[in-house]
Amino acid sequence: MNSVFSFARLGALLIKEFIQMRRDRITFAMMLGVPLLQLILFGFAINNDPKGLPTALVAMSNDQYTRAMVSALQVTGYYHFDHVTESAEEAEFLMARGDVSFVVTIPADFASRVERGDNPQILIEADATDPSAASGAISTLSTVASQALLRAQGMQAAAAENARQQLQVVVHHRYNPEGISQYNIVPGLLGVILQMTMVMMTAMALTRETERGTMENLLAMPSSPAEIMLGKVLPFLVVGAVQVAVVLVAAKLLFDIPFVGSLTLLLSSVLVFVLSLVLLGYTISTMARSQMQAMQLTFFFFLPSLLLSGFMFPYRGMPGWAQALGEIFPLTHFLRITRSVMLKGADFHAIATEVGWLAVFVLVFAGTALLRFRRTLD
Amino acid sequence: MNAIDVHGLVKRFGDKTVVDHVTMSVAEGEIVGFLGPNGSGKTTTIRIMCGLLTPDEGEGTVLGFNIRTESLRIKREVGYMTQKFSFYEDLTIGENLEFVARLYRLKPVEEYVARTLEELGLTTRRNQLAGTLSGGWKQRLALAACIMHKPKLLLLDEPTAGVDPKARREFWDEIHRLASGGLTVLVSTHYMDEAERCHRISYISYGKMLATGTVEEVVKNAGLTTFVVQGPRLAKVAEELHGRPGVDQVAPFGATLHVVGSDRKKLEAALADVEKEHEGVTVAPGETSLEDVFIQFMSGSKDNMA
Repeated sequence: MNSVFSFARLGALLIKEFIQMRRDRITFAMMLGVPLLQLILFGFAINNDPKGLPTALVAMSNDQYTRAMVSALQVTGYYHFDHVTESAEEAEFLMARGDVSFVVTIPADFASRVERGDNPQILIEADATDPSAASGAISTLSTVASQALLRAQGMQAAAAENARQQLQVVVHHRYNPEGISQYNIVPGLLGVILQMTMVMMTAMALTRETERGTMENLLAMPSSPAEIMLGKVLPFLVVGAVQVAVVLVAAKLLFDIPFVGSLTLLLSSVLVFVLSLVLLGYTISTMARSQMQAMQLTFFFFLPSLLLSGFMFPYRGMPGWAQALGEIFPLTHFLRITRSVMLKGADFHAIATEVGWLAVFVLVFAGTALLRFRRTLD
Repeated sequence: MNAIDVHGLVKRFGDKTVVDHVTMSVAEGEIVGFLGPNGSGKTTTIRIMCGLLTPDEGEGTVLGFNIRTESLRIKREVGYMTQKFSFYEDLTIGENLEFVARLYRLKPVEEYVARTLEELGLTTRRNQLAGTLSGGWKQRLALAACIMHKPKLLLLDEPTAGVDPKARREFWDEIHRLASGGLTVLVSTHYMDEAERCHRISYISYGKMLATGTVEEVVKNAGLTTFVVQGPRLAKVAEELHGRPGVDQVAPFGATLHVVGSDRKKLEAALADVEKEHEGVTVAPGETSLEDVFIQFMSGSKDNMA
């Protein structure tokens, strides 16, 4: 009975791990400093809806319609006209060089066509090598263009009358009316930061013992695989808890992220998430033969989980098979949970499926690690 | 009941047979020296005995527990000191001992640790990191940690490698003191003087057990004859002796040459020739040492491999 599990032996392993963690100053500082640094860096840096993009204007005439058009575009905040030219070639060159993201061409006959009501046109060319950068700017165009013209023609009142009778489409930006990127990024960063540190630290757990030669001694003493596993992963739950506190407090103070849901619910799902991460790291640790291999395996896991989880790119934008693949990463489910709870105020019922997924990961990883654990040096 | 009773142990790594049908028995309270050149399978054999490796073939018991099925029981009753220091260098001496005491569930922990530190004479250095200890002190700490749970069998894998002679002497005094208290000890070593301090020795080479018994028995059973050559210009004499029929080893010892061979008649003939050819050179019968025997074993088994 007591050969399988003993709290006294687990206690011995836990005390040892905490002492080692405390002695390894740099790693310890990294575990607390890195989350804060990443949060500040990425929280302020990442913007999914860039404004003030450099734009070249090719204007053939300087009439009131052209001016109205340009100022309407400027007012959206997306366009910043820093090149004005009459030459289409020069504009073409600026775009090819990457100096501008947009070229707005207003033809010479624009004013006369507007006045004649003869289907006036302007051309806006967008540098679509980075489609997401241009998408926000483009989406505002249709309304901006028609309203600019109406205003210039002094037909505002008539148009308003007209519009009232027409079909109206009302769009509400729920949970984030101003479309602030940080509301999306910061809760996601919580998951990414936890994944980064938790998986990597635990992935080193066993390989470090092997490389330092202490594994042989540990195995020669009476400690069971379950005790060794828990002894290695539980200390990181504590580290994870500290990281979560750091990130949540910073999210509130630095970015003023709204927090509408239940904190208890969020924290308990974070616990399940972190548990799945440390067990995943530990599983990697049972497979790798060296710390180097553990690192490589960890990174092999990192990139797809970052790209397919919905942290960087919209989950729904991916084809079905990629979405299915995305489901196998704990981060995917965690992102849904944090965004739901923090921004939407979701209750447990709304996130039960996602938490269930995380619980499955915990069981699968723990089982795999215990099966993979080598009790001997064979 | 023997403390160790294993037979026909085989362990292969890939296509290399590291332990080749090793049979061994060690009586309770005995100190057995385990000798052999580097890479001969000593460490692997010891690891099989304490349950760290599973043998590919062979059966046996350690302290009455089956080495295949009861390795957890064995681990609790055996103290195993690894070749390389394998306690935690980033833990202090005290913390390392506390860790071991808790893992073996020795109660009260503090009492065990304090007593061990006292016996080691390390009480004042309790808070020093183990990694900062010298080789000799690391070895003493490792031994103390291994015997803290009062094992019935002690497996020591080259415990005195890189330790100065005084520390080695003290180490062996400690081993004998423990054995007189009923502890069984299996110790692997390279040093001949250490082999001579064991009750019995076993010699293993390339995974095969070549000889076993007391030092006298092993020397006697090897059937070697040794002569001591004295005189001027011994370097020249040594050169001439090399390769002559009957001469297996020529080794200078201070102002003399030890000439060893397994065929007494041929050896005598070879030496008679040399005595005649070189003026002032005398040949006298000498005593075969354990080292001579081992060097003979080593050259012999290399031939087997080729």
